Amino acid sequence: MPADETAAGLPMGSQPATPPPAAPEPAPVKYERLLLRHRDIPDLHRLEVYRQHGGYQAFKQVVTTLTPKQVIDEVRASGLRGRGGAGFPTGVKWSFLTKDSYPRYLVANSDESEPGTFKDREILERNPHQFLEGVMIAAYAAEAHLAYNYMRGEFWDIALRLDAVLDELRQAGLLGQNLFGTSYSLDIHNHLGAGAYICGEESALLESLEGKLGQPRLKPPFPADKGLYQKPTVVNNTETLTNVPMIMARGAAWYKTIGTEKSPGPKIFCLSGHVKRPGNYELPLGTTFRHLIYDLGGGVPSGKPVKAILTAGASSTVLASSDELLDTPMDYESVAARGGALGSASIIVLDESVDLAWLTLKTSRFFKHESCGKCTPCREGTYWMLNILERVNKGNADKADVDLLQTVALQIQGKCLCPLGEFSVTPVLSGLQKFRADFDGHTRDGKGAPAKPSAARPAGTAARPAARKAEPTPAGD
Amino acid sequence: MADNVTLTIDGARVTVPKGTLIVDAAKRLGNDIPVFCYHPKLQPVGMCRMCLVEVGRVQRDRASGQVIVDENGQPRVVMAPKLETACTTPVEEGMVVIGASGRVKEARDDILEFLLTSHPLDCPVCDKGGECPLQNLTIAHGPGQSRFIFEEKFRLAKQLPLGELIYLDRERCIQCARCIRFQNDIVDDRVLSFYERGRHLEIITCSEPGFDSKFSGNTTDICPVGALTTTDFRFEARPWEMNMAASICPHCPVGCNLTLNTRREARSGGQMVIKRVMPRQNEQVNEIWVCDKGRFGHHYASSSDRLTRPLVRRDGKLLEAAWEEALELAAGQLKAAGAGLAGLAGGRLSNEDLYNFRQVVTGLGGSAALNTRMGGAEQTQQVGVGLGTNFAEMGPGTAILVVASDLEEEAPIWWLRVKQAAERGATLIVANGRPTKTDRAARYVIRYAYGQEVATVLGMLVTGSSEAAEALARAENSVILFGREGLDFAGSTALAQACANLLIATNHYGRPNNGLVGVWPDANTQGAWDMGLPARGQAVLPVGATASWIVAADPVGDGEISAEALRAAGFVVVQELFLTPTAQAADVVLPAASWVEREGTFTNGERRVQRFYPAITMKGRPDFQIAAEIGARAGLSVSSHAAQIMLAIAENVPAYAGLTYQKLTEVVKQWPEVGGRDLYYGGASYTNRQGLGVQVPSAAERGADITAGKLAAPPPPARNGLTLVPVTVLYDRSTTFVRSQVMHPYVPRPYVELNTADAARLDIQDGDTVTVEAAGVRVTLTARVDGRAPEGVALMPADLGPAVPAVAGPATIQKG
Repeated sequence: MPADETAAGLPMGSQPATPPPAAPEPAPVKYERLLLRHRDIPDLHRLEVYRQHGGYQAFKQVVTTLTPKQVIDEVRASGLRGRGGAGFPTGVKWSFLTKDSYPRYLVANSDESEPGTFKDREILERNPHQFLEGVMIAAYAAEAHLAYNYMRGEFWDIALRLDAVLDELRQAGLLGQNLFGTSYSLDIHNHLGAGAYICGEESALLESLEGKLGQPRLKPPFPADKGLYQKPTVVNNTETLTNVPMIMARGAAWYKTIGTEKSPGPKIFCLSGHVKRPGNYELPLGTTFRHLIYDLGGGVPSGKPVKAILTAGASSTVLASSDELLDTPMDYESVAARGGALGSASIIVLDESVDLAWLTLKTSRFFKHESCGKCTPCREGTYWMLNILERVNKGNADKADVDLLQTVALQIQGKCLCPLGEFSVTPVLSGLQKFRADFDGHTRDGKGAPAKPSAARPAGTAARPAARKAEPTPAGD
Repeated sequence: MADNVTLTIDGARVTVPKGTLIVDAAKRLGNDIPVFCYHPKLQPVGMCRMCLVEVGRVQRDRASGQVIVDENGQPRVVMAPKLETACTTPVEEGMVVIGASGRVKEARDDILEFLLTSHPLDCPVCDKGGECPLQNLTIAHGPGQSRFIFEEKFRLAKQLPLGELIYLDRERCIQCARCIRFQNDIVDDRVLSFYERGRHLEIITCSEPGFDSKFSGNTTDICPVGALTTTDFRFEARPWEMNMAASICPHCPVGCNLTLNTRREARSGGQMVIKRVMPRQNEQVNEIWVCDKGRFGHHYASSSDRLTRPLVRRDGKLLEAAWEEALELAAGQLKAAGAGLAGLAGGRLSNEDLYNFRQVVTGLGGSAALNTRMGGAEQTQQVGVGLGTNFAEMGPGTAILVVASDLEEEAPIWWLRVKQAAERGATLIVANGRPTKTDRAARYVIRYAYGQEVATVLGMLVTGSSEAAEALARAENSVILFGREGLDFAGSTALAQACANLLIATNHYGRPNNGLVGVWPDANTQGAWDMGLPARGQAVLPVGATASWIVAADPVGDGEISAEALRAAGFVVVQELFLTPTAQAADVVLPAASWVEREGTFTNGERRVQRFYPAITMKGRPDFQIAAEIGARAGLSVSSHAAQIMLAIAENVPAYAGLTYQKLTEVVKQWPEVGGRDLYYGGASYTNRQGLGVQVPSAAERGADITAGKLAAPPPPARNGLTLVPVTVLYDRSTTFVRSQVMHPYVPRPYVELNTADAARLDIQDGDTVTVEAAGVRVTLTARVDGRAPEGVALMPADLGPAVPAVAGPATIQKG
């Protein structure tokens, strides 16, 4: 469960062992939560409470007074960008729908499977109506009469509750035929995936939703042209859609006052790793890492300095920590300027005890496990990288194997069918680039590398049975 | 031209139709971009990533859409930052493609190394070795040394049978999905699938029984590695030690072009034997496919029970005799019979056999007939499909009517081609008394009561009688395929006439992609008619016959005449491959050579004359030669050389005028290119270098006056109780198929299929033993109750052993 953070942003409880941050502390900003409103409004997940707080007014207003195009224009004007990771402007995405092609579908991507990402879960559990209202408004804008909420299979308990919520909405006349006396009709269905990371990729999600094996499709055509059942489809992240009712209720101009010019609006940052108070923190885009990690997250429990930060879960570039990084605003452009990507804003904090060879073993194991197998470089390359990293971590490798790891990662890069394979190499390549010594320190011929055992290493990992001696390549192979 | 696009690939300019993929455009230039997952007959998927190329595109101004030009006035081309897959990227005007750069070479090397990391590299024991795209591309791109540790290779148990015919080696599989896509896209038998994911991704069969498809063998041709092999061929021979002989499939009227791979081997007594049957490309006939009956149904030729020596009856027993003695005896007796000589030939014989046979029989004063239960060839001779007809060209604007035929069981490749025409937009109308797989692709399904076939087609002559009739009448092109389900000779002849009348009334004949096609029971039924053999009557032998000469027909075995009755009609000469029940009743048995041992031509259902060649050591003598030798001994001069006989045919059969063996050997370059040195592109199917065949013109195209034939719809049959309908199944127990033991698991035991309601009324459960009595036939067999037979109809497959009635008719069925 996410920890509560204080609005004042000051850490409470145990005394941080770190010296105060070097940069001057910005004045804490009193910030109105828009996406995690349930933290301020008890029982917001109940329909009557949500309606008491203006719920579904925006949807009614949209359906009864606006054209779909007006909705798209408003969302476009708000500058809302996709919160799933890519940060593509939402209103622009909606405007790409192929003209005069019907039926159309709206699909909410609640697959949330990036390691370290747990924002959509909280929305679905605690603030489901705001999300569903977003789905409804987006469906109206897309001229879709059917919307699907695709959730990862592990969300089965949430799906059960959301099924009841949808029934309630149907009974309340908020879903169904001829809504508010207009000609517009809409229904929403929940759909559970079967436990595959790749189904968070929109085209694999659509395949899965169609009942097929979850493998990504070729692009183009994009979903806006040929999506679900080859019909124009909008696929939006859950958090993105949760922004929409607020935009429609209060207007694009108001929305743009939050965040930065190019990255407007609020964002939920999923803070985890070596911080005292991990959890979801809703903040305006452009908040600094330092504010999140130290002021809100309470800093590093061990008091050690931060070694690196991952901003997008396992898909992240490893960002080596520095004062400049800590003072970087967390928005799409500023993080990109640092060589990373904000992605889904899963901020994983790594203190100095973390061994990057161990970390990339974890991420590689994840990607090897989650590779769909459709394209060669990802299927074979993730398997190969994992094999090398296992040998490195077991002390069963030479520096030449670390070189090979880099070669294999470069061999995957730029050749994959979808982003999964490309993501699999980002932590490896950036880890090697910035913390090569962590890898070399495990090797038989590595010298002077700080191969300290990681505090975060789960018990047992180091004590795996003695690994087989790496053989020189057999001549016949 | 607006529909064409000009681009540059590795410095060479090529103009191709809009929408062409880079890989195909390069192929037109002879630039072989390596591929594994891409196949020109399948939709691109871009999975294997082998075909990565550098792509540059002409820059356009975003606002105006105008091409941006550089200082030299040339369109500015900007290379894409990432490599792109040539198999999924369509060409664009002015595009620049680079495949010959170091960057691309490196990328291909990289992908190949990835593919090899988990590959077992067991080429020395792999059946694909020698014709393997992965092997060839490894030589071109593979590293000399592996950087992957051998022990870390992904291992799986080998030799996983997917069905009775196809084995899967999961270690060799490179997950290109060609097999899955072939089954889904080309065949629509969705029996293969991926299972698991990532490195564990593997092919599984999801049908029961496994790999339940009549086209499964094709997946082994297009598999770019040795992952899929056939039960029939695995571990049998290496590709480079086999010879190739062009052939034509003898099993159905489609006339699929084949290449027979043969080898002289010790274990076969030093004889040349067929090791495997491969498709040979003919885009107008079978493209690059062949059904499993054609692929695995060749074993009868090398069966150990083939007749090799003539037999002569002495003291009531058939004893081996010298050729000379047997021929003398036969010729003397047949000549003596004169007008009493009754000749009967089967539709699996070649045109040369049939022509010579007729020449000799009629020369001796006798009468020759074709042993068939299906009529309608006079109609196909009149208004058969026009010259240049090609199912692959049919699409929007074409209507196809399939009537009284279960295409997948009777002419499997036509089912694929008709289905694909329908998918391209042709209007498929299926009329039958029961559901068949052909219905799947149909826009209109007409369900008639058996006995109403002719009335149904004649009903379509009435303007506005149905949407289907309107669609057929209004279509620019219309083709009708008629079969014989539930019909006897008279019935199928009437149906053919009704179909001809419909085509004549709607002016759909005498031009390409218009006209009539018979779904004949044999490979050369059409040719037999063309050679001037009329169909035999209701009785096997005409009244007054005093001697019979039966070639490639088994009326005794088919239960149409008893051995006693046959022998009662005088001296019996039988020319056969095997000692069939008819041969056992003969006075002289002459061993015939099988189709793979001699030359000849078949005329397929689309009236394409196609040539086949000798492939293996001959047993017996060619039927045309036997006929010539009998003729010579009876004082008739008939050629015993196939090519010469064709010249005689060309002289005497107007539709075949001008045909020569040379003409039949002509080829043109076909698209897509298969079978070349770049096996990876099209698969292991063979390039056609031995002849595409020649279609012969219909009477309409030769200027004949075409008029509709008089025809009255027969009265509706009285419906009391069950109607037993004989149906065709592809995998049967016919003489030329039952000897392929590899297919036995797929040959059903004799059965009768009942509707659930009828079965309930008769208290019959699925699997019960039942007795069927109909039209003088009384058989005991197994009942199938699975809801596919319409109510009131019992379906009984022919050629599974028990004789079946010739025509749909009343029957009683009871338990026990």
